[in-house]
Amino acid sequence: MSDRILVIAEHDGKVLSSASRATLSAAQQVSNHTDGAPVDLLLLGDIRDELVQSCSVYSAVTKVVVVSDPRLSVPLSERLAPMIAAMAAPYSHILMSASSFGKDLSPRLAALLDVGQLSDVTVIESADTVIRPIYAGNALARVTSHDATIVMTVRESAFDKAEVNQDYSAEIEAIDVDVPSINTELLGQVVTESARPELTAANVVVSGGRGVGSKENFALVESLADRLNAAIGASRAAVDAGYVSNDLQVGQTGKIVAPDLYIAIGISGAIQHVAGMKESKVVVAINSDPDAPIFDVADYGLVGDLFTILPELIEAI
Amino acid sequence: MKVLVAIKRVVDPYVKVRVKADGSGIEDANVKMTMNPFCEIAVEEAIRLKEAGAADEVVVVSIGDESSQEQLRSALALGADRAIHVDVDKPCEPLSVAKTLKVMMDKEQAGLVLLGKQSIDTDNNQVAQMLAALTERPQATFASKITIDGEYVEVEREVDGGLERLKLALPAIVSTDLRLNEPRYASLPNIMKAKRKPMDKTTLSELGITEKNSQTVVEILSPPQRSSGIKVASVEELVEKLRNEAKVIE
Repeated sequence: MSDRILVIAEHDGKVLSSASRATLSAAQQVSNHTDGAPVDLLLLGDIRDELVQSCSVYSAVTKVVVVSDPRLSVPLSERLAPMIAAMAAPYSHILMSASSFGKDLSPRLAALLDVGQLSDVTVIESADTVIRPIYAGNALARVTSHDATIVMTVRESAFDKAEVNQDYSAEIEAIDVDVPSINTELLGQVVTESARPELTAANVVVSGGRGVGSKENFALVESLADRLNAAIGASRAAVDAGYVSNDLQVGQTGKIVAPDLYIAIGISGAIQHVAGMKESKVVVAINSDPDAPIFDVADYGLVGDLFTILPELIEAI
Repeated sequence: MKVLVAIKRVVDPYVKVRVKADGSGIEDANVKMTMNPFCEIAVEEAIRLKEAGAADEVVVVSIGDESSQEQLRSALALGADRAIHVDVDKPCEPLSVAKTLKVMMDKEQAGLVLLGKQSIDTDNNQVAQMLAALTERPQATFASKITIDGEYVEVEREVDGGLERLKLALPAIVSTDLRLNEPRYASLPNIMKAKRKPMDKTTLSELGITEKNSQTVVEILSPPQRSSGIKVASVEELVEKLRNEAKVIE
């Protein structure tokens, strides 16, 4: 087969995002099901050599395709989707991560190609069949696509991150694509600064819920996280109550995480929340209510007052 | 300006869904149905825009079987002016939904289309983006704040790592996130009044839409269940287990 596979890179101008590294692994699995179809990585943006070099050492990548233009430094889907659609012809599969970037862009691209889209894929079964969670992860759908171009977003936590090989160097091709004018203007961005590991990529996640009680009390959750070099997460209740910013929300409508260790503190364990963390290897629940549903998915549960337990726990580890 | 709101009837989010033993779907007999929570937020926002004088008319549309009219009535009771029911006998794929909404948007000359960011059954998160592509109009997904400013709409959106503010030229397509607003409850007088509000019925063929079968759901599977573990009695025991049994901390 002469078909190629395209991965749309998400990057910060220097390196590929961890979500895109997982997408590369998914693309490699598609390639294994399609007689080893080549995998192209598309870099869109105001691209510097540093980024191109850091992307060319992934052995999963056959070719790095670079489209560089200052107008692309803000990656708005209204602009990117028609550009990608215009160069889609050689590709049988187009993949991107199910991050806010990919979720915004991928369906817009699919509609321009007049094809469906597969969302948040967790398993690649064959060249045209995948598994994806539905109903907040309470069911899994095995779906076959009949489209000429299969467009999908990939769940980061379901795939290993592609590895670099410093002895490898993918082919690099810079191309020109018309940059369309658009009806969207970026007014501003508010970035949540954090010295902690990124939530979706962390090995340990410590999450707080309504039971934490206040924004001030969240400092205790943060101290435990710092002790474990963990990322901080939260339930929707904690976000809505204003304890933490909304980009820390774990759940069906927030981030999906699958760390080695997930510690849920003062979280009841609603379906919505469990959908975002139930693939974690080990789950610990600390809650004052012995009947909280979180204990049904926890490997280790500790019933008690978190204000007594957390200081002891911080001391003990 | 006219605001078009797309709503979907789904299984109530508090229902614990069960997969049918033959893998053909989920148990849906006698299951409580409701308006998708993200759609409720879209309806609420449209009504607030009307109350603020930024919108003249709020039209709600739903694509589904006859029972979807129940959710359209709910939207009318909340304050929408008019409803359109697109009658289909089986669920449409997102691309067909987007194509149908495009026809509606053109026909109604809507200045703003509001949709939920995703439905809690299929969890696709696609329709708003697809509609924006088909109409070649700007999109703002995952909105947590919407302000109409003349010929533009300013949207604050929730993205990984923080927030982003966009200014879109109208007509535009916006999908709602949970934090956009707190939907109101319908009062009994408003529920009664809603019964007299207009509800038009149409079909895909009347709208000139031919459904395309892009995907086939081969099977619905139960996810692997996490078995519940043990309760420990003390912090010491917890740390001991994490260290020596699970080996997840040093």
